[in-house]
Amino acid sequence: MWGFVPHSRHWIAIAATWIMISAFAAHAAPKRVVSMNLCTDQIAMMLAAPGQLISVSDLAQDPRMSPMSSQAAAFPINYGRAEEIYLLRPDLVLAGEFASGPTVAMLRRLGLRVEVLPPAETIEAIRHEIKHVGALMGREVAARALLDQFDQELSRVTASRTRGRAALYYANGITSGGNTLAGTILRHAGFDNVADELGIRRTGTLPMELLVMSQPDYLITGAKWPGQSRSEAILDHPALSRIAPNTSHVTDRDWICGTPYILRAIEGLNP
Amino acid sequence: MRPAIWLLAGLALCLFAISLLTGPAGIGPVQAITALFGLGEGPMPIVMREIRLPRAILGFAIGAGLGMTGAAMQGYLRNPLAEPGLIGVSGMAALGAVLAIQTGLSQVSGLALPFAALLGAAGGIALLFMLAGPRGGSITLILSGVAISALAGAGTALVLNLSPNPYAANEIVFWLMGSLADRSMVHVWLALPPMLLGGYMIWRTRRALDALTLGEAAAAALGVSPERLRYQLVVGVALIVGPATAVAGAIGFVGLVVPHILRPLVGARPSALLLAAGLGGAILLLGADISVRLILPERDLKLGVITALIGAPLFLHLIWKTRSGGRL
Repeated sequence: MWGFVPHSRHWIAIAATWIMISAFAAHAAPKRVVSMNLCTDQIAMMLAAPGQLISVSDLAQDPRMSPMSSQAAAFPINYGRAEEIYLLRPDLVLAGEFASGPTVAMLRRLGLRVEVLPPAETIEAIRHEIKHVGALMGREVAARALLDQFDQELSRVTASRTRGRAALYYANGITSGGNTLAGTILRHAGFDNVADELGIRRTGTLPMELLVMSQPDYLITGAKWPGQSRSEAILDHPALSRIAPNTSHVTDRDWICGTPYILRAIEGLNP
Repeated sequence: MRPAIWLLAGLALCLFAISLLTGPAGIGPVQAITALFGLGEGPMPIVMREIRLPRAILGFAIGAGLGMTGAAMQGYLRNPLAEPGLIGVSGMAALGAVLAIQTGLSQVSGLALPFAALLGAAGGIALLFMLAGPRGGSITLILSGVAISALAGAGTALVLNLSPNPYAANEIVFWLMGSLADRSMVHVWLALPPMLLGGYMIWRTRRALDALTLGEAAAAALGVSPERLRYQLVVGVALIVGPATAVAGAIGFVGLVVPHILRPLVGARPSALLLAAGLGGAILLLGADISVRLILPERDLKLGVITALIGAPLFLHLIWKTRSGGRL
């Protein structure tokens, strides 16, 4: 019995410390968050408390790729280089899966907390990403509000009936199947994806002959970049204008990242 | 000589037809031919007329052009190593084409693209003839060719890397190796007329090239003007190689391999070799283009890979022959 008292005191001390630490952790939301990926930039900007996000990637300010370029203009930008990010003294770094491996490893070696987020390609993954970033930034309430709004809007824009077969066609003859973000957008806009019929579930080459033979009702091509390239010249091929002369659409910045902005892309496909 | 030409022509036409029948869409021969004349239903006529026909025409024309320019240049320089791809004429044409595309000139006028490539090719071949003219030996020819190729390749890579377009830098491979994937009738109309004109100009030099095989003095005695011949060849080669490279990239080794293979068959006289080399070039390029579609249908394997796989061993064989004391 005597021996138990100090023992139980010991446990009480440990439990008390643990409660203190976890209470402290719950309140210690990161104060200096740096995002180095176009997609995490957007979710972080939507969720951050004023002054919490201190830098976004350079792409976030590019109006061709970022639907939030005007908001991003208010933030200092980074180019995803280890040195500049370390000098910002962040307590949380958000990186995408395509971030350079050595950069992430270097930042971790320097003692920074780096969270690598996979690209969100389905509605479920987008919801999970919003919740996850909200938890990482200590902004659970903002994340819940954003999710509620997202769910409402999604049920509003999702097409109730099938509107035909659509084909996605990008530079170099690339297409996207059902397991991609573009495929998700197509499905919610009420289109069947021609790539799925041809067995392309992710992203792959679609020979132009097969595209023409599949006779899609709707053709969605990639946006063109400034300057000229032979890769994009395929989108001007006369055969393409012959198969879908009046029913075509061009993807834009709302199609790049798994964020609530895909709702705008889905709505843009509505007649 | 006659039977050989007919054989080559028949083979080239066969491969032209096979090229039309090869593709991922799986269209049967009868359907393909009816669709080619615009009679089939659905999307088949579009596939046949807008996608496969331009590819087959360009394969035939570019192969023929490269084979013929190879034979003409080898005749003029009296050197079996001369060939537009190997010594940088195609590379200079590619540089011209890339400059026209990246400066936006090709959008101002469709003709700017083949014209810029033609100027590049003309610059390349004029420089080569200046450095390694009729009296230059193999070493001079190869050294100047290496220098011109290196310069053209570096220039092409530099221009493409400076482009604001993210795809441009990846296209260095296309400009160095060549491909006929997804070319349209627009490209045929851009390239074919100047190539036909160039082919005619080179065809007209055949007597002068024959005379030159006797030596420059004898050729001059037979009334061949060296300046005029050189001018005709520069313009003719540029008219063929420039537009061909502008639409299909730089395809090497065709002009080297074909005359070499055909010489035992039709004789070494340039006049006999020109037509045969044209048909042989068409056979080689159509064959290469059919094989890239059969080997890796989804990868857009470059034509230059196949032609180099055939051409490089032959090139080594030529070197081996000179080393062991044989005549080049």
